[in-house]
Amino acid sequence: MSDLADLTIAQASAGLRAREFNAVDLLDAVERRAAITEAHLHAYLTLDREGSRNAAEAADIALVGGDPRPLLGIPIALKDNMVTKGVETTASSQILAGWKPPYDGTAVRRLKDAGAVIVGKTNLDEFAMGSSTENSAYGPSRNPWNTDTVPGGSSGGSAAAVAVGSALGAFGSDTGGSIRQPASLTGTVGAKPTYGLVSRYGLIAFASSLDQIGPLARTVPDAAMLLEAVVGWDRMDTTSYHGDVPAISRSLDVGVTGLRIGVITELTGEAFDSQVTEATNATIDRLSDAGAEVVEISLPAIEYALSAYYLIAPAECSANLARFEGVRYGLRVDGSTTEEMMARTRAEGFGPEVTRRILLGTYALSAGYYDAFYGQAQRVRTLIRDDFTTAYGRVDVLVSPTSPTTAFEIGSKTEDPLTMYFADICTIATNLAGDPAISVPVGLDDRGRPIGFQIMAPALGEEVMFRVAAEVERLVDFTARPRLATSEVVAP
Amino acid sequence: MTEWEAVIGLETHVELQTKSKMFCGCPVDFGDEPNTAVCPVCLALPGALPVPNREAIEGILSIGDALNCTLTEDSLFYRKNYFYPDLPKNYQISQYTFPLCVDGHLDVDVDGESTTVGITRVHMEEDTGKSTHVGESGRIHGAEHTLLDFNRAGVPLVEVVTEPDIRSPEQARAYGMELQRIVRALGVSDARLEEGSMRFDANISIRPVGSEELGTRSEVKNVNSLRSMQRAIAYEITRQIEVLESGGSIHLETRHWDEAKGVTKPGRTKEDSADYRYFQDPDLLPLHIDDAWRERVRDRRPKLPAAKRARYRELGADERAADLLTDAGDLGGLFESAVAEGADARTVAIWLTGEVVAYLRREETEVGETSLTASSLARLAEMTTGGDLSATAAKEVLAGVLAGEGNPRDVAEARDLLQISDVNAIEAEVDAVLEQHPQALEKLREGDPKPIGFLVGQVMRATGGKADPRMVQDLIRKKTQE
Repeated sequence: MSDLADLTIAQASAGLRAREFNAVDLLDAVERRAAITEAHLHAYLTLDREGSRNAAEAADIALVGGDPRPLLGIPIALKDNMVTKGVETTASSQILAGWKPPYDGTAVRRLKDAGAVIVGKTNLDEFAMGSSTENSAYGPSRNPWNTDTVPGGSSGGSAAAVAVGSALGAFGSDTGGSIRQPASLTGTVGAKPTYGLVSRYGLIAFASSLDQIGPLARTVPDAAMLLEAVVGWDRMDTTSYHGDVPAISRSLDVGVTGLRIGVITELTGEAFDSQVTEATNATIDRLSDAGAEVVEISLPAIEYALSAYYLIAPAECSANLARFEGVRYGLRVDGSTTEEMMARTRAEGFGPEVTRRILLGTYALSAGYYDAFYGQAQRVRTLIRDDFTTAYGRVDVLVSPTSPTTAFEIGSKTEDPLTMYFADICTIATNLAGDPAISVPVGLDDRGRPIGFQIMAPALGEEVMFRVAAEVERLVDFTARPRLATSEVVAP
Repeated sequence: MTEWEAVIGLETHVELQTKSKMFCGCPVDFGDEPNTAVCPVCLALPGALPVPNREAIEGILSIGDALNCTLTEDSLFYRKNYFYPDLPKNYQISQYTFPLCVDGHLDVDVDGESTTVGITRVHMEEDTGKSTHVGESGRIHGAEHTLLDFNRAGVPLVEVVTEPDIRSPEQARAYGMELQRIVRALGVSDARLEEGSMRFDANISIRPVGSEELGTRSEVKNVNSLRSMQRAIAYEITRQIEVLESGGSIHLETRHWDEAKGVTKPGRTKEDSADYRYFQDPDLLPLHIDDAWRERVRDRRPKLPAAKRARYRELGADERAADLLTDAGDLGGLFESAVAEGADARTVAIWLTGEVVAYLRREETEVGETSLTASSLARLAEMTTGGDLSATAAKEVLAGVLAGEGNPRDVAEARDLLQISDVNAIEAEVDAVLEQHPQALEKLREGDPKPIGFLVGQVMRATGGKADPRMVQDLIRKKTQE
């Protein structure tokens, strides 16, 4: 390996302990990669040069003392909706421009406690609302495989950074597919854990009942390692899970012999890119060859997932985003009355997609409409959950494509929100169910754009989910690297 | 002429005096500098999440229990959405369906007549910050600027909602007083209206007597004492009657009580009011109150005002004294103990609600700070009924005991207040007086009873007031017949 920025986390961690290089060298390599690629990608909103340098130096001292923490000295990136003490946190919104939080979110604090080196904050669709990272107030991010295309979203900046090597791993948040879909579009691994497994304290809320923080990495074991650093009960989040944490990485090498794998019949068909379907089927065949029993599973209620999601998520966001009004922090646009000040601040501070969803959600919760919209969506949510529960009575995991298409051109879907919403057709149902799911790269289409494969598991089924994901990774042996990471511009 | 009947329902907010706020660890402390008792949660910083306060939940459960409510097994938190600068999240965490306590009742007495007021619900919510509007109007409209203090934001707030069972301003006040007593007896709030830790909103409508239909109501806010609540309701009833009798109609509206002018004034009309878009708060799980928790609340229930009052009456205090003793918690305890030690209940009740209350008020102290104990009260009562002390002297001794001069006997001796019980000594004084006033003695012997008062007075003067006047009178009568 000629460049430290191309190492996996596992390799880097081993290298640090073998004294092949130190944490500052690793950070230098990653920052060098960022210096070259950022002009093309805009994966980052903020690079915390001082904080990362200090953390890397502290890691080097600890490494000399034989400190065993696996993430010690590993440069990672955080989506900019994760609150970081003293480091500007904007959620890609104008309304939070310049806001430096006085506290660290729980996941951030756990990563710092694990010795990770936080390189910076990555771009996202404003308040995590979108599937392309084009809805950022600070400009879109681009896909390192083809800079004319989007990296997916909303965790597009994190996905692009990991894909190109300007971070060895990253964290994003997933409300309807916002980790898995960009992972799919950038050829990386992205996991959404069981709802409640990672504390949401310090994650700027989009839709509280759906949001989960999760890892993006270049390999399945790396993603597992990142996730293990942040899971577990947090007294600051009453929705965080209080029981025993699943053994996420225990069965990575076990293989799939004897497992029952369900293929969701509703997530195939004409609406899906044929090359995506082919790659998905090929992967399923390999799993079958590797000893898994494959069955077809129908989840009838999944058909309504998108509709239910676009009522529940906007409803929750309409309240969650009410706190941004110019009184206590962030943008303030003056007015002659308090109401006018608030209205102007919000009108100028929020982008069009955020405004659209706040309006949708406000409408859905209004007197006289509540039951027909929000109430109905909650009932559909229950049906979807029931469908999954029934399915997991028959199979260990469910599989599908992660995204109906590979990366699409920048600007190609921005005019039509509904087409954009369809990008999350495969991922949204698991958020509604609260279950974990992971996307693993399984190939490239004929235009050289990555294809992702999704593995879903029942709540707290992370062990079997990562077990299948690791096997898929071995079977497919996806080693391609994005053009931008391999071209001479980044060669040392 | 139509005869009108008022239909009144009350909504009461009670701030709980917990150690920390409802959903974060900030202290509940109103003396602090503005915006010092705040954190990411109660300032609604991005990413912050609420965590319910167990002490506050126990507080509301004890209120619900005292109001004879059913405690809900799985209670839900909701978001009540509206924009206001002192509401940091721009939604208030409150309850909607499945509040913590439902279906209770409270009995209130007015002039010896008891009424049962149904309690619809008792629910948990959080307080807002405080806005100070700077400018001529003192209100948000027309203010030059507004100062915000978020120390109060997130303080636990309990809302008690009654059924429209109240029929008069007097009943409303009696309900308010009884609720205040209960909350104080439970020790969950100081429930002071003037400081806003207890706030009343009254929903008032009128209807012809005999009608079952409810009239259009107005909601009266801004009453900062129980007396002004009573006045405001009385005003509003009269106003509504006048409006209807002059052919007008009542609008569904919020009206503000103007204490100085003694009138209610219209605020915003309810039709234009916010649609709060209640929905279950996804940040908070249903709150499960299991049987064990419910039992703990019941076990911890202190003696409530109604029970105390009944007990004091039973022991022999009159109605007024029983009320006073109930309201002054530690005096009530003292009363009960003194009576248990054998003191005459009526006498002790009179001392406690008279001299003792006056002394405490004057000295701005608590009874626990004085040397007055149940046994000293019992001894003092014993001395009075046994003839050692006159009623007047007893009050003087009580003052001495309160001032820390010692036990009643020591005080009585030191102040030379003990009555002369030696018959021979008094007889000598009586003889001396009779000798000095032969005409008076003569009149008595002739059957004119008038001079007796004069003669008793003379003996009392001669003994420095220490003779038992009854004994003196008996002796004079005896001498007359000699």
